[in-house]
Amino acid sequence: MIRSEIIKNLVPVLSGELVVCNIGLPSQEMHLFGDQPSNFYMLGTMGLSSSIGLGLALAQDKTVVAIDGDGSVLTNLGTLPTIANNECDNFILLIIDNGSYGSTGDQPTYAGKKTSLAAVASACGCDNVVECQAEEAVSVMEAAIASKKMTIIVCKCASGNIPVPVITLDPVVIRHRFMQSIEA
Amino acid sequence: MELNMSLDKIIIDAFENNSIELITTVPCKQLSGVIAELETRESMIHVPANKEDEGMGICAGAFMGGKRSAIIMQNTAIGVTINTLVTLTQFYRLPLPMLISYRGELGEPVACQVEMAVHTKALLDQLGIPTYHFHKPEDVHEIDEILKYTFMANKPVAILTDATFWKGE
Repeated sequence: MIRSEIIKNLVPVLSGELVVCNIGLPSQEMHLFGDQPSNFYMLGTMGLSSSIGLGLALAQDKTVVAIDGDGSVLTNLGTLPTIANNECDNFILLIIDNGSYGSTGDQPTYAGKKTSLAAVASACGCDNVVECQAEEAVSVMEAAIASKKMTIIVCKCASGNIPVPVITLDPVVIRHRFMQSIEA
Repeated sequence: MELNMSLDKIIIDAFENNSIELITTVPCKQLSGVIAELETRESMIHVPANKEDEGMGICAGAFMGGKRSAIIMQNTAIGVTINTLVTLTQFYRLPLPMLISYRGELGEPVACQVEMAVHTKALLDQLGIPTYHFHKPEDVHEIDEILKYTFMANKPVAILTDATFWKGE
């Protein structure tokens, strides 16, 4: 199973939730399979999905799901200690770990080699770290949302992509409808 | 010292009076007093960041979640954050007050700091970021208007604070 299938399977579970979608294909896939105003699509700024999600979770009470990738977390590895030490129980970080930089041509990442992001998250002080396989993504996400505990999910899957169109929504429109859905 | 303490208080009071509720920081020696003052305020969430671009991501999320946010950092961070300022803060039109220690100016003991100081204003200018330079202690009284301006304009705005300002003479 590849990332696009995980995202497609997660669409019903994430319906109505605040979702911060990582730059590139993860955003494009969420947009294609399950566009909703409460999705925040990152059009740039690799690495900051988890940071945007944390800030959002700290600022308000609704559940926030940040969808990240192994390559993006490696780019902003300092995010994991910050998340661990600013615990907020409405925050779920989903790291879809396909061991590659998917949006740029599937170059291998260190997470697909010797580095375990689940072990890194635990070492950084994150309390609820769940490593799962792609097939378990939906049940693990449901459990994390129900738990009302800050959770880091590292979901392992195969590398590979499907063709998806780019997002042509204006960033200000993305932000506006996202903020309106938070206020609703 | 006495005046420095009051500068710290004036700055954090202005943040508080402008309803800023989340501040992220990456420390600088010149900013230690203002960060310590921030720590005394219960109305503001202080989130220390490991890198300034991470801090700007947290600020973006907090603002969209309904809390006005700000970042406190050193001018060397301009080099770290250009992509984030352009593709997140500016592209999505997010307001972001940036209280910046302007290292490498008069009174600087560390030569390497000068290397970034000479590029600081040029980079901010290139990015189209409104920039205010606090050189004398009395310049601090502009901070309230600068914060109001930032949230009116929905832009990142830089407040450069140099050693002469903090020295208070």
